[in-house]
Amino acid sequence: MKRRTLLATAALGLGLGLASPLAAQDEPIKVGFVYVGPIGDGGWTYQHDQGRLAVEEHFGDRVETIYQESVPEGADAERVLTQMALSGADLIFTTSFGYMDATNNVAARFPDVKFEHATGYTRAHPNVSTYDARFYEGRAVLGTIAGRMTQSNKIGYIGSFPIPEVIQGINSTYLHAKKVNPDVEIAVVWAYTWFDPAKEADAARALIEQGVDVILAHTDSTAPLAEAEKTPGVIGFGQASDMAEYKPSPRVSSIIDNWAPYYIKRVQDVLDGTWESQATWAGIAEGEVVIGEITEAVPTEVKAEAEALIEAIATGEYHPFTGPINRQDGTPWLAEGEVASDEDLLGMTFYVEGITGEIPN
Amino acid sequence: MDLGGINPVLLLASLMVASTPILLAALGELVVEKAGVLNLGVEGMMIVGAICGFAVAVETGSPALGFIGGAVGGAGLAVVFAVLTQVLLANQVATGLALTLFGLGFSALIGQGYIGIRPPATARIEVPLLFEIPYVGPILFRHDLMVYVSLGLVAAIWLVLRYTRTGLVLRAVGESHDAAHALGYKVVRIRILAILFGGAMAGLGGAYLSLIRVPQWTEGMTAGAGWIALALVVFASWRPWRVLLGAYLFGGIAVLQLNLQAAGSKIPVEYLSMSPYLITILVLVLISSGRSRAALNAPASLGKPFHAST
Amino acid sequence: MIRLERRPTPSRFWTVATPLLAVGLTMIAGGLMFAALGKDPVLAIRTIFFDPLFNPQFAAYSRPQLLVKAGPLILIAVGLSLGFRAGVWNIGAEGQYIMGALFAGGVGLAFFPASGWYIFPLMVLAGALGGWLWAMIPAILRTRFNTNEILVSLLLVYVAQQLLSAMAVGRMRNPEGGGFPGSRNFAQYPAASNPELIAGTGMHWGVVTAFIAVIFAYVLLQRHLIGFQIRLTGQAPRAARFAGVAPARLVIFCLGMSGLTAGLAGMFELTGPAGRISIDFNSGYGFTAIIVAFLGRLHPFGIVLAGLLMALTYIGGELAQFMLGVPSAAIQAFQGMLLFFLLAVDLLSNFRIRLARAKTT
Repeated sequence: MKRRTLLATAALGLGLGLASPLAAQDEPIKVGFVYVGPIGDGGWTYQHDQGRLAVEEHFGDRVETIYQESVPEGADAERVLTQMALSGADLIFTTSFGYMDATNNVAARFPDVKFEHATGYTRAHPNVSTYDARFYEGRAVLGTIAGRMTQSNKIGYIGSFPIPEVIQGINSTYLHAKKVNPDVEIAVVWAYTWFDPAKEADAARALIEQGVDVILAHTDSTAPLAEAEKTPGVIGFGQASDMAEYKPSPRVSSIIDNWAPYYIKRVQDVLDGTWESQATWAGIAEGEVVIGEITEAVPTEVKAEAEALIEAIATGEYHPFTGPINRQDGTPWLAEGEVASDEDLLGMTFYVEGITGEIPN
Repeated sequence: MDLGGINPVLLLASLMVASTPILLAALGELVVEKAGVLNLGVEGMMIVGAICGFAVAVETGSPALGFIGGAVGGAGLAVVFAVLTQVLLANQVATGLALTLFGLGFSALIGQGYIGIRPPATARIEVPLLFEIPYVGPILFRHDLMVYVSLGLVAAIWLVLRYTRTGLVLRAVGESHDAAHALGYKVVRIRILAILFGGAMAGLGGAYLSLIRVPQWTEGMTAGAGWIALALVVFASWRPWRVLLGAYLFGGIAVLQLNLQAAGSKIPVEYLSMSPYLITILVLVLISSGRSRAALNAPASLGKPFHAST
Repeated sequence: MIRLERRPTPSRFWTVATPLLAVGLTMIAGGLMFAALGKDPVLAIRTIFFDPLFNPQFAAYSRPQLLVKAGPLILIAVGLSLGFRAGVWNIGAEGQYIMGALFAGGVGLAFFPASGWYIFPLMVLAGALGGWLWAMIPAILRTRFNTNEILVSLLLVYVAQQLLSAMAVGRMRNPEGGGFPGSRNFAQYPAASNPELIAGTGMHWGVVTAFIAVIFAYVLLQRHLIGFQIRLTGQAPRAARFAGVAPARLVIFCLGMSGLTAGLAGMFELTGPAGRISIDFNSGYGFTAIIVAFLGRLHPFGIVLAGLLMALTYIGGELAQFMLGVPSAAIQAFQGMLLFFLLAVDLLSNFRIRLARAKTT
């Protein structure tokens, strides 16, 4: 499968770059992963598991990884985490927002075990870190391509739930599409699910019938791409994973969650004894958000524009939320040249000016 | 209601595709229940059909073989149900639920190597003459074959149940297995065949999901469609044409609510996303109110085990 | 030829022996499956059935967790069993479970941050009321309009789920949660929390309530007129009518009781093990409880055993997953097999297997 090899090579490349002196320990350290969905979801959990495999590949005998799939958030999570800690895990990654309280509760009882919680904000104990990816950076690039590519000046966005991460994505997409195409409009459909391929397909269909010709999705299946393919001229993007099977069109590019660099780095920290509690919010620069190949369906100058934007974001020269930006109701949010703070972004519950419709609450 | 900007013909075309999986599965369950058996394992049989159909289509390159594979897969799981409930006289409700649990796990095991693969495309068919109708024709009469097969099956099942001896025997078994047995019919054998048919239909519905509707395989991809199919049989009061009506109504509202969102309707999203369920309940209340249970057409022996010597 | 002959009363011996036989058969069939997956079958079976109870590394923690996991299953299943005996089909306990949690959560949040002994009892009442009201919808539609309760209760699960996600991202969202979905954590709000009553036992108010419900149901079925009416209606509906049973009242009673227990289960899970209202708060207890009810042969004490057995396979399955790398799908299939065998061998307690020549009637 192409996607596997792509990521494996990416991880390998990174691995060589990060190659470090052997740690002193002889015992392999045990790294646990707790997943919210099945590895076979082809999206969120699949990508975390790719990160786990990259860790195994990189460290070989020095680590042992264990994992558990489809752990419901809430009561079950706390039990699973406790049992993992009891089994002798040294480092545990909990890969869904809903594990936040469970992670902190269990961390209190196992001070010697390190915990890493994805997408949350609570670090109640010195052995808890949080990490997340700046997906909005990738959305800025996709928004630019979308704005250039749309013929109907209508782009569509399939949202899962109205939470800050998704709203950031919608705003970033719209702002950058608008920047290159002032006439662009965005239509948002809330699927109210993370995972229901049939519903995602219906949502894509509904958008296409409303005249949308570029579809972005914040739900993880390939269904929207398959639906886009049925109508000539409609394009979309790979989401979470590369979805290369839909190249060169309708999938003209993709936004990939690549957790491998972070996981390798943190395991290395534990091996070196330098692990500390921290909050990481990494993006394109760190290789955590990756823009997949931009295919020949995209004109060369648009591709160059997108690549320039990737470069500008990676070097830190450009922040996707740079003022002037107003809120949807017209009140100012960021002044000319002002850059959004991370707190503002993490708690984002409003649309920016120009987007019609309301965020459900 | 604000219907601004929504094209009814396009809506009809997409609801036909959206409803086909639940329609197929519900038709199968209808026959099973007509024979007096309640199989709550539709979701499990659907998902096994989805992966079997997908795997066969990918391996052979033929969607047609894939659909056959899906039907065989669904029927295969139904064999377990048939043996347990008809031969070993296990409780039908519990067995059906266990079937769903097993099917979800089993399908995921088979499907491990099929993630991120595209199935071979299924051709669309242009229905001769009707396709020529301006505007409406190209939209309504240009679907894949299975959409028309599902419509044909509605008619076929209706005809068989209503006008043939087979249908009469099947209904007799479902209404009163003791009487049917006294008349010399092989109650258990007939029920087993009905269960296998139901499994094959659920499998077809699942294969339609993984091969046409979504085209992809992911674990748990049926996401509750089997439960909706079960509800539709009750909704339809065990009548094939009503199953069609119910499937299109449910599928239609599900598609309509997304269209309303896409068109920027002012109705809050929470209410829109509940609407398919609420409206289905409401319609059922309207059609069932004021009738006795007998007139609602439920097979009298539904869910009751049959043992010849009792 | 083999014939089955119905026993006049279920065999005492086989009633006890069949579950053991079923577990034995599952070990063989499941072992074959694990072997086919390339795992050590003996080790896998041992991990699932014995490690949660006896492994020195886990047992001290896992054993009480059996109660935590089985508590809500037993509580819901006992309520459902009353209706199932009388032929009243409530398939929607999952929805009633959600509504119980939402009602209780609403009351708890309304009082936040006040403290008072009365808050928790009020939440218990609200939880019971929420589940009861949600079950009253199919009950009243059935008795007034003859609408099938299977369909209504099932579809209301989906409606409840939509309400839950709307609440988690809207009304009940934690105002101090930085815009993230999910309510405040009730486990961290002393006046509303449902903690472990005796440390290290897993007993919380939900487990206590489950056992009270079991005893209540037993007494009701054995000693009370309504229990008699329920049993009579299930066995001979016509006779029941002649005996003066009012079917409508029985439907309302049965659906009400099952809704009430499901609502209570939701309330205790919310305030205890789960902690907060979140999008994925419900994790299938309402459906699994239907299986538990039938596995327990609709008998209150049988339900306790069935609930504990299911909990054991969940917890043992978790251990097998991360200790041995067994996919969660294999655990699901394994649970399915166990249920199949349990249901299949049940035959032996109700029937005698005879070689032919048995009389025909």
